Amino acid sequence: MMSASKFESHPYIPNSVPSVQDEMLREIGASSIDDFFKCIPEDIKFKGKLEIPEGIPSEAALKRHIESIASKNKSVNKAISFLGGGCWNHYVPAACDEINGRSEFLTAYAGDPYEDHGRFQALFEYESMMAELLEMDVVNIPTYDGAQAAGTALRMAGRITGRPKVLVPELISPDRMKVIKNYLHPQMNVVTVRTDAETLAVDPDDLRAKTGADTAAVFIENPAFLGMIETRGEEISRIAHEGGALFIVWADPSSLGVLTPPSGYGADIACGDIQPLGVRMHFGGGRGGYIASSDDEKFVREYPSRLFGIAPTTHGEWGFGDVAWERTSFAGRENSKEFVGTAAALWGLTAGVYLATMGPRGMADLGSGIMRRSYYLAGELSKIDGVSIVGNGPFFKEFPVKFSGRSVKDVNAALLERGIFGGHDLSPDYPSLTNTALYCVNEAMTKSDMDALTSALSDILR
Amino acid sequence: MKGEMSMSFNMGRKDFKKKYREYHQARWDEPIIFELSQKGERGVILPEAEPEVAAVPLPELGTMARKTPPRLPEMSQMRVLKHYLHLSQENIGADETVDIGQGTCTMKYSPKINDRLANISDFADVHPRQDESTIQGSIEIMYRMEQMLKAISGMDRFCLHPGGGSQAILVIATVLRAWLDAQGLSGEKDEIITTIFSHPSNPACAAIKGFKTITVYPDKNGRPDLDAMRAAVSPRTAALFITNPEDIGIYNEHITEFTKLVHDAGGLCAYDQANANALLGIARAREAGFDLCFFNIHKTFSSPHGCGGPGCGAIGVREHLVKYLPAPLVGFDAKENRYFLDYESPSKDVRVKDFYGVLPALTRGCAWIMSLGPDWLREVSRVAVLNNNYIFKKVTAMRGVSAPYAEGEYRMEQVRYSLRKLKDETGIGAAELINRMFDYGMHLWSSHEPWIVPEPFTIEPTESYSKAEIDEYLAVLEHVIDECYTEPETVKSAPHKSAIHRFDHDILDDPERWAITWRSYLKKYKNYFEPR
Repeated sequence: MMSASKFESHPYIPNSVPSVQDEMLREIGASSIDDFFKCIPEDIKFKGKLEIPEGIPSEAALKRHIESIASKNKSVNKAISFLGGGCWNHYVPAACDEINGRSEFLTAYAGDPYEDHGRFQALFEYESMMAELLEMDVVNIPTYDGAQAAGTALRMAGRITGRPKVLVPELISPDRMKVIKNYLHPQMNVVTVRTDAETLAVDPDDLRAKTGADTAAVFIENPAFLGMIETRGEEISRIAHEGGALFIVWADPSSLGVLTPPSGYGADIACGDIQPLGVRMHFGGGRGGYIASSDDEKFVREYPSRLFGIAPTTHGEWGFGDVAWERTSFAGRENSKEFVGTAAALWGLTAGVYLATMGPRGMADLGSGIMRRSYYLAGELSKIDGVSIVGNGPFFKEFPVKFSGRSVKDVNAALLERGIFGGHDLSPDYPSLTNTALYCVNEAMTKSDMDALTSALSDILR
Repeated sequence: MKGEMSMSFNMGRKDFKKKYREYHQARWDEPIIFELSQKGERGVILPEAEPEVAAVPLPELGTMARKTPPRLPEMSQMRVLKHYLHLSQENIGADETVDIGQGTCTMKYSPKINDRLANISDFADVHPRQDESTIQGSIEIMYRMEQMLKAISGMDRFCLHPGGGSQAILVIATVLRAWLDAQGLSGEKDEIITTIFSHPSNPACAAIKGFKTITVYPDKNGRPDLDAMRAAVSPRTAALFITNPEDIGIYNEHITEFTKLVHDAGGLCAYDQANANALLGIARAREAGFDLCFFNIHKTFSSPHGCGGPGCGAIGVREHLVKYLPAPLVGFDAKENRYFLDYESPSKDVRVKDFYGVLPALTRGCAWIMSLGPDWLREVSRVAVLNNNYIFKKVTAMRGVSAPYAEGEYRMEQVRYSLRKLKDETGIGAAELINRMFDYGMHLWSSHEPWIVPEPFTIEPTESYSKAEIDEYLAVLEHVIDECYTEPETVKSAPHKSAIHRFDHDILDDPERWAITWRSYLKKYKNYFEPR
């Protein structure tokens, strides 16, 4: 290669060795690599040198350089973090990272069921363990994230019912709402349902009034974005079904060791994000969306995702392959059910490892450990003058905290100086929740972590 | 002698001339994980709440309290680990094989150092809502990545959110819809044009955003037919969604005529560069007249495919479309030396994905480009194309194989071959050949549907494999083709060396018999597939 570099072969490019290139060119009968690019018209060839930094071919030097960038971050391990709101700092068992780092999984892609039997089985088992958590018979290979899962669940409802409108609670996660709106536009439309000012739960009367012959689905989050547990699931389900609409619930899987799964109160489709199940946060980049339903063919045929099923082999082994392939965009292009592509399979596999490691007891401990800590923290915080907890219904993991007369921005800046990441500021997205932040706990938080927050806030708000 | 031995890998054996190795995948006969459950076993114990914390009364949840625990397996930690390690050995990654048979997917080497960097705690254990001062490193990675992708494509701004190439196409369709809405043109312009050798997600994502698709087929030279393109363009044309070189590896030298036709009709031009491995530093989207393009960081830029994600589809646009990109974009304040998430966009209420992008993929991609710099990045494409033409020469000399279209011309980074002649002569096609290839540890993939090229397979070597590895792969391919003529039954009954034997595929298309989860299996069957 013509280069100022002092080495003639880059470690990532074995055939950059000049003698090898010469040999290959001889075999081809070409005189130079340039011959292969003669098909590109001269006027669109790039003539200059790309304006990117000179290479750092030394692995040690590259490592040092990237590590210096990483050191400008401050991870949650170097602070006490109370941030949640759709991305959560749960404990990740070591087995999760061990398995998803295995190169046989990490660098695999699209081998067929005889080459990638392990991938098919591991993902079938992911589907199966999620199915137990959700008590539903069909679960997809994960889509990009929980927001995409919500969008797809709603479009599935649109196709199944042939109706264009979906109802969502007004206190839905603001970012999820944006994804849903964009994903449904222009064929379907989203209408919000009022939530009760006291409980923050969906107002059944408003829901009943808005559910009509054009309604494809009633969608709720449970627990809601603001942490509230929707206790009237059965009533909402009844209203939806009486109107001929489907009932879709977005559920945080970390809650399902203690909370009834959506199928237990009438949901037709459950969806959500699997990040809490053994996937590190990665600045919001570790996500995966699950969708689940009954085994009704009418539903199964509407999934855009891959679905792995089990099959018998000639020798009595467990075999696995794609179920109902023809519905996918790989087979149907513009006539398919939405689209499918590379999304989040490795996180699905990881969530499987997590669920197997946790088991039923672990998931129950996870849920109750989170409940206890969130109630302890809310109790302690509410004792501070100028602090109140918003909403009087039950909650899980997260709850809104209001500071009288102090902006969340100010409070968080003061907390940061004390090594604490304060809750997510809700004020910009929810005009009714001024000076309010969403506080979140996790199962690994200690009493002293939480007491540190209480003491810091008492000090700051004095 | 030493040189000769290095060309072959079976040193220590008598037959030095053998060019491929014997292989057998691990076969653990691994039970379904539920079969491994032992009541009472635990995989991990969570920290107990302190007495003061545990003493706080919890609310009555009524019907919302879960009545029966989920029927998850109960397993000690090492059993979980061993189960998944067995499954990993019954799987094959690019790291283990010569993964050049998965054309269009750019299965290149993903450097191990980059995996480590992506997973260091300061990157991996960061919450997306942290204070800006505590996330400068993550935003800097995104910023640097954007700057490099801008240089490589000639686009003016990038959105790094999409979790894969298909979601990047969804952003393209979203930008297109917003651009039309803003001009009041959504009623008039409702068609996109794509080509049959562009990825199926192009028409599928266009349909999501309400567009009809016109598909252009190739002319006899394998290029999208220019006359058909002229006929397809009309005032209804909203955009062109196209790949170049297409999945068959032939560069469309009329590409600027295509983009001009669409621009003259008042539409936009979007370049599917999911796989851009032929063109790094050689040709850019900008000069070919495109308004938008996207790159798959998990293809061209080395992030691993992870069994099907997480990936990243970074989408770039020219200046006039920046305002339609989902927010936040990434900014840098040079005066304050501060990186920031920029929400100041007219389309700040449009999102396609949670948060800001798949950081592990972006970190790996960023580190990969940084290792190479401009010269070696260009060498990536030169070597990828050299490797491909070397394979092209050898494969087209094999019995029963052809490469339709553009006879006598070189190819770019991949080739779509046809086994039509082999099928005619032996009755064996792509599907059977694939199974037999794996008996020698090699992967071969047919191709995206529809099979315009009959009995297709697509090879894309990338820059990552040495000549010796490529020769080994070719030796296996040649040997298996030879077997089709000499021992057809061996090929037809393959695989023989996989973790499992042939299974009944029909069951997976039959609603009465398919089972997508273990609980569904137990409802439909008892013992081993005995219907209930």
